[in-house]
Amino acid sequence: MQHTLSVTVEDKPGVLARVSAMFSNRGFNIHSLAVGPTNVEGRSRITLVVDAPELEQLKKQLHKLVNVIKVQELEPSETLEAEVMLVRVSCDPASRGEVGDTAGLFAARMIDLSPKSMTLEISGTPDHLASFLDHVRPYGIIELVKSGRVAMKKKSDVSTSLIGGGTR
Amino acid sequence: MKKQPFTGSNSLLSSLEHEGVEMIFGIPGGAILPAYDPLLDSPIRHILARHEQGAGHMAEGYAMATGRVGVAMTTSGPGATNLITPLQNAKMDSTPLVAITGQVGTAAIGSDAFQEAYTTGLAMHCTKHSYLVTDADELPNVIHEAFHLASTGRPGPVLVDIPKDVLNQPTHWYEPSLTGLPGYKPTREGHPKQINAAIDLIESSERPVLYVGGGVINAGASTELAEFAVAVNAPVVTTLMARGAFPDDHPLALGMSGMHGTYPATTAIQKADVLVSLGARFDDRVTGKVDAFAPHAKVIHVDVDPAEIGKVRKAEVPIVGDARLILRALLDRVLSLRDAADAPTRQEWFDQLDSWRKSHPLSYDQDPDGPIKTQHFIERLHALTNGEAVVTAGVGQHQMWVSQFWKFSRPRSWINSGGLGTMGFAVPAAIGAKAARPDDLVYALDGDGCFQMTFQELITAATEDIPVKVAVFNNGGYGMVKQWQSLFYEGRISATSLGTTIPDYPNLAEAMGCVGLRVTHADQIDVTIEKSLSVNDRPVVVEVVTDPEEMCFPMIPAGGSNDDIAMGPEDL
Ligand SMILES: Cc1ncc(C[n+]2csc(CCOP(=O)(O)OP(=O)(O)O)c2C)c(N)n1
Ligand SMILES: [Mg+2]
Repeated sequence: MQHTLSVTVEDKPGVLARVSAMFSNRGFNIHSLAVGPTNVEGRSRITLVVDAPELEQLKKQLHKLVNVIKVQELEPSETLEAEVMLVRVSCDPASRGEVGDTAGLFAARMIDLSPKSMTLEISGTPDHLASFLDHVRPYGIIELVKSGRVAMKKKSDVSTSLIGGGTR
Repeated sequence: MKKQPFTGSNSLLSSLEHEGVEMIFGIPGGAILPAYDPLLDSPIRHILARHEQGAGHMAEGYAMATGRVGVAMTTSGPGATNLITPLQNAKMDSTPLVAITGQVGTAAIGSDAFQEAYTTGLAMHCTKHSYLVTDADELPNVIHEAFHLASTGRPGPVLVDIPKDVLNQPTHWYEPSLTGLPGYKPTREGHPKQINAAIDLIESSERPVLYVGGGVINAGASTELAEFAVAVNAPVVTTLMARGAFPDDHPLALGMSGMHGTYPATTAIQKADVLVSLGARFDDRVTGKVDAFAPHAKVIHVDVDPAEIGKVRKAEVPIVGDARLILRALLDRVLSLRDAADAPTRQEWFDQLDSWRKSHPLSYDQDPDGPIKTQHFIERLHALTNGEAVVTAGVGQHQMWVSQFWKFSRPRSWINSGGLGTMGFAVPAAIGAKAARPDDLVYALDGDGCFQMTFQELITAATEDIPVKVAVFNNGGYGMVKQWQSLFYEGRISATSLGTTIPDYPNLAEAMGCVGLRVTHADQIDVTIEKSLSVNDRPVVVEVVTDPEEMCFPMIPAGGSNDDIAMGPEDL
């Protein structure tokens, strides 16, 4: 079962290592991880997507880490999430137009172009990215890199599925 | 105010003094060298161990005997890696410890410099928290935080790694503050709703059991525990770590439960309808097969560490907080509902417990002409000292026998390695305890196997004038492991015999500046003990030559159900 966790930590050396070690020690795999500063000075936020049967104990163990300030489990239905992906699609001048059209439909941005490939940058929900990939895969994917997922709790009561891409 | 110190080292010493440190157990070396210079002028006593593992266990013994934070200091690299065992030991047994380690100079970190080890990385998994100090100006706050973390919430070891250049860095000392721990707020008071729910459950219970762990000792809650047990009229089981938290001669005491626990203690939990866990963590040595543990009981789980609650066993009433404050609140609640004297009598339950006490007592046979049984020596020592001693133990049969046969009457009189089961703990821990409490009798009750792991610390004891006493139970080997081989490996004895003649313990003791004694016959036990008690200017080592065939019972095989207690080999 995949869970998304948002962990607010002190921005100090070794904190990320402690957090990730807490999972690896227990044999749980971190599916995705993103870390970065927040609007509060000295605080970072780590967004983790983990495969774990249950989260209660893991959350408590995270809390036990001295530098961890807050642990929040983000339920898919009430979460805003986004990933960034760079994908290099094989295309020659002949197929360039089609790939470009698809990119346009998904609001992907062309950031590099060569005679044999086009590199696109896209961000959005995991579903949005997955759907985009489905459409460009037939042209051939040469290289792909994805960021960790970032997420925060929604404030509006609109279902996430209506504001683009849907939930997982 | 004292004169402003000049360097990180001065600041470190000022900080340690500020925390009220009275002694440090350690060994110097290159990276920590700067700190050893101002130590010369400090009122803090330094006790020079002979191995850093010894220094760490001494600091643990000090902490367990007093409840104060124990301090160990070592150099980088091997000095730090030698500390790993005590750190993990302290983590498992929630012992407050601060370890100070030297580190190679900041510029050399990561270059595989001489005596470099990634100490904070190593410590990540065996401390409550660790620091790498990169600026001497941080030292007062870091040391203050380290002591705060070690001693509050669930106590534990904290490591502070200080590079040599930071120790040499010009700095100033200032009054530290605790502004730097935004995520650390241990809960102390129990939630009133849960307190009430717990009392409702206990009051209506027919077969309650108080299952008491080391947290009660850490919280200094023995007085409250005794009052509470009487007020709710419930029997008390103590874990290995909690021996002494509740007096064994109390009518409500059932002794230790678990793998080598007493039949009444273990069985009471199996039959309980309400189990009140107080600062205990449902360790596998206590629960046996978890699914079969306390199958009828609703659980009230009191712990200062929220992560303990529900970790092993679901709790019907979880209460997070300090055991002493919670016991006080529970007591207040009971007494607000009724008079103390109106506790439920639970006659059936107490009759049942009494019948188990009678039908399944702890026992052994001391043949007056046969080999000495360790249990007998323990009972004689207890009798001849009126039980007024701090006893430490190693790990093995002897440890279980001390726990079973020493009748504890006060907290902090039992110092052993419970969670990690660290052989070699007894001697250095006893030294730390004796250094902390010089007026008390401190007796290490050690196995021959364990003794051979750390006996060199007796040189520390002799040279530092710390007159501990040590009984070495020489059963010619790793008795506990041999017992498992006898019982579960068809008697195929593999690598568990140490022989009984080498080393010559009394001579070894004398060579280390101690008095060496040996007792081989039961009728000589008392005179030998008396002799050991009469020496007070040097450590004493008593070799007790014991029965190599004796096995430790009751016993529940690993992973077995606690319903299947074997009182002897025939039950297995
Ligand atoms: C450091 C360490 N190594 C190995 C063990 C495994 N072990 C547990 S008990 C034991 C034997 C202890 O022998 P001894 O001190 O003579 O005690 P006895 O059981 O004979 O009383 C061993 C080897 C351990 N607990 N700790
Ligand atoms: Mg032995």
